[in-house]
This record gives sequence, structure tokens and C-alpha cells, in this order.
Amino acid sequence: MPPDRPRSARFVMVVVASLAILSAIAFMTIGAKGPWSFILAHRGMRLAALVTVAYAIALSTVLFQTLTGNRILTPAVMGFDALFLLLQTSLVAALGGAGAGAIDPRLLFSVECLAMVGLSGLLFRLLFRGEGRNLPLVVLSGLLFGALFRSLSSFLQRIMDPNDFLVLQGRTFASFNVVDPALIGVAALLAVAATVIVLPRLAELDVLVLGRDRATGLGVDTARLSAIVFAVVAVLVSASTALVGPTTFFGLLVANLAYLLIPSAKHAEVLPVAIGLAIVTLVGGQMLLERLLGFGTALSIVIDFVGGVTFLLILFRSGRR
Amino acid sequence: MIEIDKICKRYGDTLVVDTVSLAIPHGGVVGIVGPNGAGKSTLLSIISRLMKSDSGSVLVDGLDVTKTPGRELARRLSVMRQENHVAARLTIRDLVAFGRFPHNRGRPNRDDQERVAAAIAFVGLDAMADRFLDQLSGGQRQRAFVAMALAQDADYALFDEPLNNLDIHHAVSMMRLFRRMGDQPGKTVIVVLHDLNVAATYADRIVVMQAGRVVGDGPPSEIITRSLLSDVFCVEGDVLDIEGRRVISVAP
Repeated sequence: MPPDRPRSARFVMVVVASLAILSAIAFMTIGAKGPWSFILAHRGMRLAALVTVAYAIALSTVLFQTLTGNRILTPAVMGFDALFLLLQTSLVAALGGAGAGAIDPRLLFSVECLAMVGLSGLLFRLLFRGEGRNLPLVVLSGLLFGALFRSLSSFLQRIMDPNDFLVLQGRTFASFNVVDPALIGVAALLAVAATVIVLPRLAELDVLVLGRDRATGLGVDTARLSAIVFAVVAVLVSASTALVGPTTFFGLLVANLAYLLIPSAKHAEVLPVAIGLAIVTLVGGQMLLERLLGFGTALSIVIDFVGGVTFLLILFRSGRR
Repeated sequence: MIEIDKICKRYGDTLVVDTVSLAIPHGGVVGIVGPNGAGKSTLLSIISRLMKSDSGSVLVDGLDVTKTPGRELARRLSVMRQENHVAARLTIRDLVAFGRFPHNRGRPNRDDQERVAAAIAFVGLDAMADRFLDQLSGGQRQRAFVAMALAQDADYALFDEPLNNLDIHHAVSMMRLFRRMGDQPGKTVIVVLHDLNVAATYADRIVVMQAGRVVGDGPPSEIITRSLLSDVFCVEGDVLDIEGRRVISVAP
């Protein structure tokens, strides 16, 4: 073990930050043909979207894992983004395509966000209630809930009016390639708000890593802290899902990489590294796929493949212990 | 002074703590003994507000534990529970530094660092302070958690079976440590123990629990008797007096 630990954490942070900036620059400049005013505006918007998503997913995943006291579960694995899709679907089904189309997408998004905070809070209570919670059971029920939400969404989509369905498709077919520009600003604003709320609570979150009881013993109001941080997680999941759709294993991948690289459990060190890694993966990965592989495959497929393998590895390793 | 007033707690239909009232004044070492399932751990959790009681109240220096802000209470009362697993990878020094959280809210100064180092040295882990918890033996991890409670420097330190996993050498040095803590002015150690001989040797006062009730309370000389063994623990044995200390010898 290196004796100069603080420096090594700082070293990791600097390297990851430089990589993130490098991939952003590469994303903006490589293969640019045509007038710069167009390229900068077009690519700048997509870069902003990717960075916002990376930020939201990394932050929400690490926070969620601290709250639940494990490193396997993520909001996405627990089916939270599927819940958001279900919300979008049922809203369009209820209002009708024309009705939903007439409302400002930002207002609609805010309503969905609020509903998401409430519903995911309920789901969280249901899954993590009581002392003797059993991890495999929670993982399984999370996966089941995810499947349930997805099935309900597709059921609703099947029975809804074809015109409504087209409106919905326009809303939910977001991916890393096609981002809804109207929502970037709102999502970025939410990410900033989340940061403002979380920053003063980083030290308390560090204590929460010891477990709920020990944190209580050390004077942390765990119930209040969990409620606040959980609402933040729900909003961040909504923001990233609205922008690019579900990303099942991406958060898991970057969070666990960050834990590997940072030799402490301090959120002030883990969070920036996880966010930086997320930006490198998303922006750099998208750049490679678009410019070098000519859209040969979708980034989400690559990330979910690598992330899924990571998930299995972690699951097997923790099962053996 | 900790005042426990008519605490009751049920799990489902079973009453695990049954109208317990106790007053624990400042100073000394109080041992809580009793058979498995007597409600000792539950009572300790309720005193340290980790668990809510169904009825009754607990006052610490006049402050109701369910209503006082957690931070205020954390400077008066520390608690170490039985379970000593931590999900994150922490070094001993990281862990013990958390004990200072109620005082510095995560911003340690030089004084905090010195107290942390002193607490680690106190439990004899100073040679391995930068090792990770998952590289330690059960007993070493146990001592690391005790060091965290030491660093918290609360007036009342509660320990739930701190001698689990410890060999006789470390069990004795830990009890001596508690004895020294309890002898400091204004400090009180409340410790759940399984070994009656240990309780008789180191505690000033022994509280006996059975089926959720307090069935004995007093100095070891009054509490450790043949009838305690037969009535509470259901074993036949002799209580010997060796140099003024009570020692239990159980028939083979």
C-alpha cells in the first residue's frame, strides 16, 4: 500500500479530469468538416447533453449505493429508469397525443420528475424496509419490478391510439445519438441543483458508509439524510432517462471503477472520479463510435455489454465471500 | 445520569423488553448480563436511540434520546454494537477518525488527528493503523471499533458484547481499558457481557436481565451468587471467593 495516500487520490483525480477534458476536445474537433459556427453549435449541444447525462448517472449511482450500503445495486438495475418510461407512457396515454404535444415538454418533464420522486420513494421503502434486508432478494425484486414496468409500458403502448403512440415514440426514442434539445437546459439545471443540495452533505454521506446504525450513533439524522438524497437520486435518474433513455449498467460500471481507483470511501474523492470516468466513457466512446467506426454500433450496447459483465463479476465475487 | 423509565419493546407478539426502569449515574463500569435473548442488546439499542421503544422514555443528562438532535447526543453517548461489518474499504485510521465526526463534522484538525492516533495506540493497533479493515482478524476489527468509540470521547460509552472474538489476552486488556475509562471523572461505561467472571472482576455494578426484565441490580458481591446461576442461567455451580473477588466454578 502506498504510504502517501492523499497524493495518490489527487493524482487519480487529475488524470481522470484531464482525460475527460481531452475527450471533450476530441469530440468537438475530430473529423470536423464545414463551417465552425455550425459544428460548434451542433456538437456543443450534444456534448452538453452527454456531459449532463454522465454527471447525472455517476452522481445518482454513487449516492444510491451509499444509501443502500452496497455496490451492486444501482437505480437502473432496480428498474428506476423503467419506472420513468412507464410514467412518460401513462402520461401520454392519459392526456392523448394531442394533449401531451400541446404542453411544453419542460413542464411535462417537471411533472414526470415530481411523480418519479414520489413513486420511486415508495418503491424504495417497499424494497429496503426493515432491518434484515436480504441483498439477493432486493436485486431480484428490483429486476422483477424493472420487467414489470417495461411490460406495463409496452402494454399501454399497444393499446393506445397509433397517433398518441407516435408522439410518445418521439419522446422516448431518445438515445446517445438523438438527444431532445429542449430538455438539455432543464436537465443541466437539475444536475446543478442536485450538486448544491449534496455538496454540504458529503461528510455525512461518508459516515453513512459505516451503516445506518453507526451513522445514527455518530449523530447523523439518517432518516432525513436518506430522504433528501433519495429525492436527489430520483430527479437525476429522471433527467438522464429523459435525455438518453435507460442505461442499465453504465452507472454500475463507472461507480465501481471509481471505487477501484480511489483508495478511500470519501465522497469528495469518489464522486468527482466517477463523474470524470462517466464523461470519458460517454463522450470518448461516442466520439470513437461516430468518427472512427462510422456509427457501426450503438454506444449503449457496448456499455451495457461491458457493464453487464462487470455486474456479473461483482455478483459472483460477493457471492463467494 | 441515564434515566430509563418503564421501557417496553415487542417484536411481533414477544415482549423482549418488559417495563425496564433503571437509573445509571455518572462514573464507573456497569455490566449487563443475562442469558441469550434476555433483551440486553435491545435495551442498549433503545438507550442509544438506534431503536424506538414501544413505550417509556430514556433521558441522558435530562435529554430525551428520541427528541434530542443526533449531534448533541453523539457527543454525550457513544455506542458500539455487535455487528462489525463495513461495506466500504476503510483503513483503521479512517474508521477511528469517524469517531471524531460529532465534534468536527468531517473537518479534522490537528487535535482530532492526535486523539485518533491515541485511540488506536490505546487498543494496540498502532503498528497497523493504515491497514484495511478487511485485512484484519475478527478480534483486531473489534478493537478498531472500540478505538472509534474511544475517539468519540463521549461521557457514556455503550458496548454490546465487545469481547466477542477476543482471546483472553485481548479480552483482559479491553476490560482494563474499560476500567480505566470508567475511572476517569465524568465517564461511564455500560457494557453487555457474557462471561460472568469478567463482569464480577471488572464491573462496579451488575444489572441482570432475564426474559426482558431486570431481575438483579447491584455490586458483584451481591449479584454473583449460586441462586443467580441456578435461577437465571439454569446451571449448577459454586461461587468461590478468591482474594475478595467472586469466581464461578461450574460443575463438569
